[in-house]
Amino acid sequence: MTIVIPTPLRVFTGGKDSLDVAAGTIAGALEELTTVYPDLRKHLFRAEGKMRAFVNIYLNDEDMRYLPEKEATAVKASDTLSIIPSIAGGVA
Amino acid sequence: MRDGGMGELRMSRAVFEAVRAHGEEAYPEECCGALLGRRVEGGWAVEAALRAGNTRTESARNRYGISPLELIGAKREAGRLGVEIAGFYHSHPDHPAQWSRTDLQESHWVGCVYVITAVAEGRATVSNSFLLEGTSEEDKRFEGQRIEVLEG
Repeated sequence: MTIVIPTPLRVFTGGKDSLDVAAGTIAGALEELTTVYPDLRKHLFRAEGKMRAFVNIYLNDEDMRYLPEKEATAVKASDTLSIIPSIAGGVA
Repeated sequence: MRDGGMGELRMSRAVFEAVRAHGEEAYPEECCGALLGRRVEGGWAVEAALRAGNTRTESARNRYGISPLELIGAKREAGRLGVEIAGFYHSHPDHPAQWSRTDLQESHWVGCVYVITAVAEGRATVSNSFLLEGTSEEDKRFEGQRIEVLEG
């Protein structure tokens, strides 16, 4: 499957905007990503290993949080996993 | 436009005006969107602005949010144009074009630009650009950038 790396995290991937990995689940794909690029880990996960709250993971067009099996969801070679830090703010 | 800080944000007059027009149309609510461009020496050159819906419908007068799904679409469009997501824009209705504490807390695209346009009584006034600098969530900060509007 293909993992799409957002602009702010490309500094940790040598500028690459995607990585093809062979993994069976979303968790497996993220594990491979952070094995290839260890510096990414702390930007995606908190110290205790949970995903940082502002990091959105989408399997194709589906938010991982709303998939019944979440990180354990099975993935296919043709799937795309997008890492999307949230975009928000405002006056107040 | 704001002096100080390092670097600059370049954009065409058409993109600059499109960002500001969006702020006027959305008034009294905040508008938001993505900026697509390429890295250049000293900053970013923005080539297109993509409008996004404001997901914060319950408090759209002082908050904004962009759906990750819209960002996936923006990324595809950036790929089609051969550019990157360079940053984002939003408006501050009846409030200065300065970043707020909320803006900093909820900005996570380090290395990208955040353009803020003040809209006073429905008219776009000042637009400022801020580069989110730092290496992590812990040391991130906004640095003001000069906006260079390219004519023609």
